[in-house]
Amino acid sequence: MSDAIELTAAQAAERIRDGELSARELFDAYRARAAADAGDLNAFTWVADAAPELPANGAPLAGVPLAVKDLFCTEGVPSQSGSKILEGYRPPYTATAVRRLADAGATLLGKTNQDEFAMGSSNENSAFGPVKNPWDRERVPGGSSGGSAAAVAAGLAPWALGTDTGGSIRQPAALCGIVGLKPTYGAISRYGMIAFASSLDQAGPFTRDVTDAALLLRHMVGRDPCDSTSLAYPGEIALPQGVDLRGLKLGVPQELTGDGIESGVREAFNATLALAEQLGASVETCSLPHAPHALSAYYLIAPAEASANLARFDGVRYGLRVDADDLLGMYTQTREAGFGAEVKRRIMLGTYALSSGYYDAYYGRAQQVRTKVAEDFRAAFERFDLLVTPTAPSVAFRLGEKLDDPLAMYLSDVCTVPMSLAGIPAISIPNGLSDGLPTGFQLCGPAFSENRLLDAAYVLEQALGFDGSEARA
Amino acid sequence: MSPAYEPVIGLEIHVQLKTNTKMFCGCELSFGDPPNTHTCPVCLGLPGALPVANARAVHYALLIGLALGCELAPRSIFHRKNYFYPDLPKGYQVSQYDVPICSGGRLGDVRIHRAHLEEDAAKLVHVGASGRIHGADESVVDFNRGGTPLVEIVTEPDVRSAAQAREWLTLLRETLRQLGVSDVNMEEGSLRCDANVSIRPAGSDRLGTKTELKNMNSFRYLERGVEAEIARQVALVEAGGQVEQETLHYDPVSGSLTPLRSKEEAHDYRYFPEPDLVPIVVDEAMVAAARAELPELPAQRAERYERELELSADSARQLAFRADLAAYFEQALQADGAHPQTLANWVTGELVARVGDGDPAASKVAPAALAKLVALLRAKTITPGAAKQVLDALVAEGGDPQAIVEAEGLGALGGGDELDELVQRALAADPDAVAKLKAGNMKAIGPIVGFVMRETKGRADGGEVTRLVREHLKL
Ligand SMILES: [Zn+2]
Repeated sequence: MSDAIELTAAQAAERIRDGELSARELFDAYRARAAADAGDLNAFTWVADAAPELPANGAPLAGVPLAVKDLFCTEGVPSQSGSKILEGYRPPYTATAVRRLADAGATLLGKTNQDEFAMGSSNENSAFGPVKNPWDRERVPGGSSGGSAAAVAAGLAPWALGTDTGGSIRQPAALCGIVGLKPTYGAISRYGMIAFASSLDQAGPFTRDVTDAALLLRHMVGRDPCDSTSLAYPGEIALPQGVDLRGLKLGVPQELTGDGIESGVREAFNATLALAEQLGASVETCSLPHAPHALSAYYLIAPAEASANLARFDGVRYGLRVDADDLLGMYTQTREAGFGAEVKRRIMLGTYALSSGYYDAYYGRAQQVRTKVAEDFRAAFERFDLLVTPTAPSVAFRLGEKLDDPLAMYLSDVCTVPMSLAGIPAISIPNGLSDGLPTGFQLCGPAFSENRLLDAAYVLEQALGFDGSEARA
Repeated sequence: MSPAYEPVIGLEIHVQLKTNTKMFCGCELSFGDPPNTHTCPVCLGLPGALPVANARAVHYALLIGLALGCELAPRSIFHRKNYFYPDLPKGYQVSQYDVPICSGGRLGDVRIHRAHLEEDAAKLVHVGASGRIHGADESVVDFNRGGTPLVEIVTEPDVRSAAQAREWLTLLRETLRQLGVSDVNMEEGSLRCDANVSIRPAGSDRLGTKTELKNMNSFRYLERGVEAEIARQVALVEAGGQVEQETLHYDPVSGSLTPLRSKEEAHDYRYFPEPDLVPIVVDEAMVAAARAELPELPAQRAERYERELELSADSARQLAFRADLAAYFEQALQADGAHPQTLANWVTGELVARVGDGDPAASKVAPAALAKLVALLRAKTITPGAAKQVLDALVAEGGDPQAIVEAEGLGALGGGDELDELVQRALAADPDAVAKLKAGNMKAIGPIVGFVMRETKGRADGGEVTRLVREHLKL
């Protein structure tokens, strides 16, 4: 059975369709690994206890099991967003993205651990304990979709769904040595995703290779009448192809590749730039002048939206309630007991940023920066097809290393936040190891350029020949 | 009120729209259904649920905007208004803030500041003696109402008295009713009105500190509440005090105004643009569709009645403010030679007295029959008293007024011998009255006319009787 675990999702789906592999056996094999928490990763918060109903023959995803980040609502299945305030909460409906994948024949394997309400870059902010990096159990898998990343890297799931608000797919994908894609904002419905920051949240795939990312993405995109910010995807997501990068113009934004990038990460990045040139791409330095302000703007906009999004957790209708003598007491004690420290910190930040008298100086200014960052990208894409950066400034850090220093933790997203603010798609692919730990190579393009992005990532992936099997051992 | 002070009043009206579904989800609107039977993840504020704006509600907002002469924003946005309360499942209300769909405008003599779309809160029921959340034994929430589409209409502070507030709100209610966008029932809460009240020295153009009055859930309570608040402010200022800016809860039973607790009051709503919704973009086609549906509205109709039919302002308004009366009146007016003012008097007076708030078109009195009855009266073929008897018969059985007059013998007695003889009998029977009349006391004619009317069952023309009395007594 271990052979089947080594297949990518696309390969497994093909074998199932060809009758060479049983969907049930594949599911059971993964279920057993996930349920046993093979590798002691704490990647799952819930694992299906019985094999599900398998899709009809011919379904495109052929019953290949799927791990889903905890914050996606799944009917009747715990959906807790990593928070004590939602412990045991089972929603009455399923998120659109998950439903679409189920309709295409994916089967729900389990729900994966995450930073509470997707707030974090290390998966240490989960009410259900930290997730460990399968490459080194002393280290973090990145966050906030750390459970999904670790599960795919360790072979506990063939692929997984995550969400990315400021880097929550790309950064853990980089730290765990797998592929992570954040699509164009609006490409995938947010309906049923327990919100962190509504104007930034996007669902996306974690996969072992670029082809799987394209396959999973293909079945999620499209307008959803339940999400007015979702958009009809122009054209179809194709499976990636290509043998070289001839004619492709790559820009390297100096603001995201300078100070603060660890030397091992930088070396791996530069090596891949050279490889891209060998493959026919032109590589040139460019500038995103407002990118250095992106992180500050992000840490005002995202907490501001979160402060409102998390107001519904008030103990009245669902989730945790701490009874008190009066209404205010119930509110404060419920939220005091139910939210973790980082969530409270961001609610306070966001509440402050929106307060009367401070709105213009903080939230208003941050939105202006956001517009400038988006304009920078637009200008750059007039000269370049894609921009490339390291995904994260460092390899996976040690558990606890940045817990007491929120600013150091926030810097983990310095290379991924600008694309989130601009709403553009970006992908992280494994870019070799530095001191035995994975690094990530990020490519981003204009809105709805996913096919171009996937093709380029595919060509680099083939040329890099990264082998992640060590993490599945 | 002391004439030294002038009240300045602005109104904020919440109108529940009569759409099929709620503002941001597909749940049906309901009234009186069992609690929590019209809910879904969206209107319960469940994690992950997202709002989608109701196109019909936008259409209704455009209708209201056109009716109030507002400027319609080509692009307007929703904000989140943040505060915690159990009737607010998301912890914020989705409402329009600095870019509303309608701004400016006028209805009658009051300018409109703005009108915007938002969602209603759920219904909170407090169990216990106080009836309010403080001191309640427990509170339960019915989310059926939560998410009902609302249009909030805010006036400029152009109202100068409690009576004017009531009268203007009546005009607004009729306008909205005739637009067909709302049930506009104050008791049921589909029309709700808050008032901002301040006073200033008469002749001043400076605005005083205002208070906000809530919970006036009928036209009568609105008038009484505003009156009470004006009196309170005048007394306060005359005693050397100052009006505090605060929100007051009107208790219709005691007539008292009590400040809401400051904790409920001191909100920083932290408005910011709702990231879950795209802007409302209003194009030409949407405006044209709304314009095509716009009926003639009460204010315009009243103005037309005055101008074209020369009705009195009162009659014009009474007819125009009730679409069913106006329709009935206009149909009756089709009859040849109908006299508008007399017809108007009979529709708003005698007919309404008999059919009440119901639609007169649903009664047995055909509009043409009423027109004929009024024509008979105008021609003095029947007396007013007889006409009322005919109308009674029409209300009861329907039919043709002429036929009823003939069948019942209700035709007026003209100046013929029959009437002259009756007048002579009346004079002979009451020498006392005759003496008084001869002494110049014309009031004494009452018993004489009364005698004749009794004898003729009201068919006599009072004017003719008087003329005959004068003739006989040579007055
Ligand atoms: Zn609903």
